[in-house]
Amino acid sequence: MKHFDVIVVGGGHAGLEAALAAARRGAETALVTFRRSDLGVMSCNPAIGGIGKGHLVREIDALDGMMGLAADHAGIQYRLLNRSRGPAVQGPRVQADRRRYADFAQRHVAGQERLTVLEGEVVDFHMDSARVAGVVLADGMVLSARAVVLTTGTFLRGEIHIGTERLSAGRRGAEAADRLGARLREMATGIGRLKTGTPARLDGRTIDWDRVDRQEGDADPVMMSFLNRRPEARQIACGVTETNPRTHEIIERNLHLSAMRSGNITGVGPRYCPSVEDKVTRFADKTSHNVFLEPEGLDDDTIYPNGISTSLPREVQEAFLRSIVGLETVGILHFGYAIEYDYLDPRGLTRSLEVQAMPGLFLAGQINGTTGYEEAGAQGLLAGANAAAAALDMEPLTLSRFDSYIGVMIDDLVTRGVSEPYRMFTSRAEYRLTLRADNADQRLTQIGASLGLVSDHRKVAFEDKIGRLAATAQALEAEPATPSELDKLGISVPKDGQRRSWRFVAGHLLGLHGNSEGVGSRFPDLRDDDVVQVARETFYEPYVARQAREAEQLRREGGVVIPTGLDFSKISSLSSELRLKLAASRPATLAEAGSIEGMTPAALTAILAHLKVLQQAARVAIG
Amino acid sequence: MDTIVALASAQGRAGVAIVRVSGPCAWAVCEALAGFVPPVREARLARLRDASGGLIDSGLVLCFAEGASFTGEKICEFQVHGSIAVVGALLRACLACEGVRAAEAGEFTRRAFLGGRMDLTEVEALADLIDAETEVQRRQALTVMEGSAARVIEGWREDLLQSLAMLEAALDFADEELPPDLTGHVMAPLLRVRDSLGAQIAGRKASEAVRSGFDVAIVGPVNAGKSSLLNALAGREAAITSSRAGTTRDVIEVRMEIAGLAVTLIDTAGLREAEDEIERLGIERGRARAAAADLRVYLLGAPGEVAEGVEPEDIVVLSKADLWGQPGISAATGEGIGALIGRIAGVLQQRIAHSSVFNRERHFDKLARAAEGVDAALAGLSGGVGWDLVGEDVKAAIRALDGIIGRVDVEDVLGRIFSSFCIGK
Ligand SMILES: Cc1cc2nc3c(=O)[nH]c(=O)nc-3n(C[C@H](O)[C@H](O)[C@H](O)COP(=O)(O)OP(=O)(O)OC[C@H]3O[C@@H](n4cnc5c(N)ncnc54)[C@H](O)[C@@H]3O)c2cc1C
Repeated sequence: MKHFDVIVVGGGHAGLEAALAAARRGAETALVTFRRSDLGVMSCNPAIGGIGKGHLVREIDALDGMMGLAADHAGIQYRLLNRSRGPAVQGPRVQADRRRYADFAQRHVAGQERLTVLEGEVVDFHMDSARVAGVVLADGMVLSARAVVLTTGTFLRGEIHIGTERLSAGRRGAEAADRLGARLREMATGIGRLKTGTPARLDGRTIDWDRVDRQEGDADPVMMSFLNRRPEARQIACGVTETNPRTHEIIERNLHLSAMRSGNITGVGPRYCPSVEDKVTRFADKTSHNVFLEPEGLDDDTIYPNGISTSLPREVQEAFLRSIVGLETVGILHFGYAIEYDYLDPRGLTRSLEVQAMPGLFLAGQINGTTGYEEAGAQGLLAGANAAAAALDMEPLTLSRFDSYIGVMIDDLVTRGVSEPYRMFTSRAEYRLTLRADNADQRLTQIGASLGLVSDHRKVAFEDKIGRLAATAQALEAEPATPSELDKLGISVPKDGQRRSWRFVAGHLLGLHGNSEGVGSRFPDLRDDDVVQVARETFYEPYVARQAREAEQLRREGGVVIPTGLDFSKISSLSSELRLKLAASRPATLAEAGSIEGMTPAALTAILAHLKVLQQAARVAIG
Repeated sequence: MDTIVALASAQGRAGVAIVRVSGPCAWAVCEALAGFVPPVREARLARLRDASGGLIDSGLVLCFAEGASFTGEKICEFQVHGSIAVVGALLRACLACEGVRAAEAGEFTRRAFLGGRMDLTEVEALADLIDAETEVQRRQALTVMEGSAARVIEGWREDLLQSLAMLEAALDFADEELPPDLTGHVMAPLLRVRDSLGAQIAGRKASEAVRSGFDVAIVGPVNAGKSSLLNALAGREAAITSSRAGTTRDVIEVRMEIAGLAVTLIDTAGLREAEDEIERLGIERGRARAAAADLRVYLLGAPGEVAEGVEPEDIVVLSKADLWGQPGISAATGEGIGALIGRIAGVLQQRIAHSSVFNRERHFDKLARAAEGVDAALAGLSGGVGWDLVGEDVKAAIRALDGIIGRVDVEDVLGRIFSSFCIGK
């Protein structure tokens, strides 16, 4: 029997980050997946990042994960979304060359010390009484470990639907994990079914590119990783076309043949990622929907038609595709399909992503009810870091709503669970102005370094950057801007004789135009990106300070003592689940209550309010 | 009124436990368990026994008299050893006494309020703290406020949710097909909320008057017959609810009800040349009081007299109309009195039509903070700051109104977005 500190099951985005993170923390790690070629495969859209998702990629990168680096290696079109909306909601996104992404992942894994990749199908757990202590492969081989991370994505009892056809699969061309799925149904509780879908893949050589619009990338591409400054691969444009009334008519006429309509699918799909069938029926008054034609790679003729995922029968797919301008004679490489799969209710997890009822087992990625590479990768990193912590008795990585989108996601998952595949949005983050993509490293790299998650290379780069930012802020602060200089930049300030520094100017310009052009030329010795970063911080300073105060108040009240006899059932705004947990664990302070699984800031506030009522009542009673 | 009993100190094991009994039988319970009732506000050591004579514990007993206790009722408190068994036995013994039952949650406080020991603001302050932002509590608040308030609140919730959803859609789905005029979609509901909040805040004075009553002053020269009018008003159509002499001989107040509204009629000293310093002061006070009133009724002593200081809605009538043979009022014949009451009622009702549906200090506090947030958001939308900041302002407004409109959860916002727009490339 082979032994490891940590075993990661699954070579998808969650599995990769989990295995790499565990190994970075010093754990002897095995990554077990069906095939070595699974590493770095993107099941769906060949793009990484976006609004909210880009924040996650930056946070993964700040903790020295792989996703940002791989995305930059594979990036063939960069777009910073929300460029005009304010830095807090700007999300970097990149179109990725599939092959380059997978190549990078393979090499990165090969280069990671203490990490072994094993091919095989995991069908069961090796148990040490109630503890998960390893895995059993289909060929009977047993691998033992102190901690196991399960990242099996859409593979657990996965079933693909195309029209009325259904077949067992983890995704196109890959067998499902039916045996492990069945085993989990015996061992675990809270298993549900979710679904998602993907569009057909088109042959780019059969598209009439002259008849479709083009969408170019940004002229000044913004990288996914903090370590990179410019794209590595050649940059390309995407095509844009749209559906039309004829397309909609074909779809409507055949709705009854769609898998989602046939009643074959019971799982819930994401509202923000509707199939084209959904779009046509739910938004009947819209006569056309955009279709983005995204090349899957530089040396690849496959085109991903973004916006028209479908589970209609093949011939209907072909018919509606060919009704679209530019696609009149399109060749189809693979048909679109819907996939249904098992997930485990994440409310059964701790904040370390360990299954409460099955110690030693960690879950990350789509298995927890999320969707998306970025969500999967972020959970993987956290679960891997914590599996290593469990195996080697180290400090766990815990992130909260105050410090990261990862923290927001984990908190949402373990406290609220999911009712549809969970995806990140910036509106989920209460402290959105603080948790920006641009400062993910300033928020997290230090935390990662203290846990041994961050390589020396990145640590040096980070410290260097922090030093530069401090020097930049100082240089800008030291220099006053004259009224005529302010005037030239279009900044009107009250004539109060107050001196305004160039740091103020930079922040002010950022608020006005989203950049600080005009400052850099005045300070040729400073790096533009450093000046902009200082400008962002200056601009958000008052808001960040306010949010920090709010967060601090919540934390400070952590010291409040909870009387031993407190009857939590009297606090009507607590969920019955939380009341049970509180009654069981009897926290002595508000801080202890805060560390209970499932506790939310709102619930803490309710407890605090209740305590104040008691105090006040007591005071009145005495007085 | 029942006598109630409960553990007043924290649940569970403790050094000392306090069991409080409040109500008419409280002292009887003391007598039953301790065998005596100690002098009020003096603690005495006693051996506490149950009905069959079994010893429960020895502890302190302390009694408070009616009107001089936390609840305002007779109270007996037992301080015993804080073991769960002792407290259990003691409570059982109390409950075995005639007319005693277990207190409900918050019942001591409620009685303290009913007994006049806590004023409404204190109870309100307690309620504020309990006011956690849950849907259930929002509903409760709605049923309590009912009617017009409920409609206003629903309107705000709807508009703020709509505005936030449009804003968040623009932020989170910038790469999707959204309508071109999103700014308008964000602004329109905010403008509605701003106006509605403004109207509610402006109606504060009227709504407070509804609760505390309107002041209506009768003004006029010395011999105009103000006192006769006051008596006529108070004696006939109106019920006098209380009457007392003014703090000076120059101002007399009568509380009465007109068309369902509480009104304080003020009879000010006659307007005339003062003969001495003291009288001059009295007249001055009367004038000030009249000026501060919500409405003034000017009595003209003779046709052709001109009233001074009349404000837009004030009422001017000729007195002793029977003498002059002209339209007006007459306290002697009762002529025109009914019509005058009608006019007063008309003016006041006009005022309360614009009164706020809110009447609590804390509500106006929240409304003011919400208005600040809405104003800042609107300024941001037209001033071109990042929409991320505008979002913070809208959320600040929502947070301020949380307790009134209920919490607007991110899921509400997302739900609104997904049902309004076709999101998903
Ligand atoms: C059809 C389809 C459409 C999708 N559409 C979207 C979309 O529109 N938007 C979006 O954001 N995301 C979409 N996704 C989701 C996205 O692909 C996933 O969220 C992401 O890949 C999940 O990562 P993961 O690491 O959890 O799992 P996966 O990437 O699915 O990886 C699972 C890995 O586990 C391995 N594995 C599974 N079972 C076993 C076993 N028993 N033994 C050994 N190895 C095993 C598999 O070989 C695989 O490598 C879609 C996925 C699919 C399949």
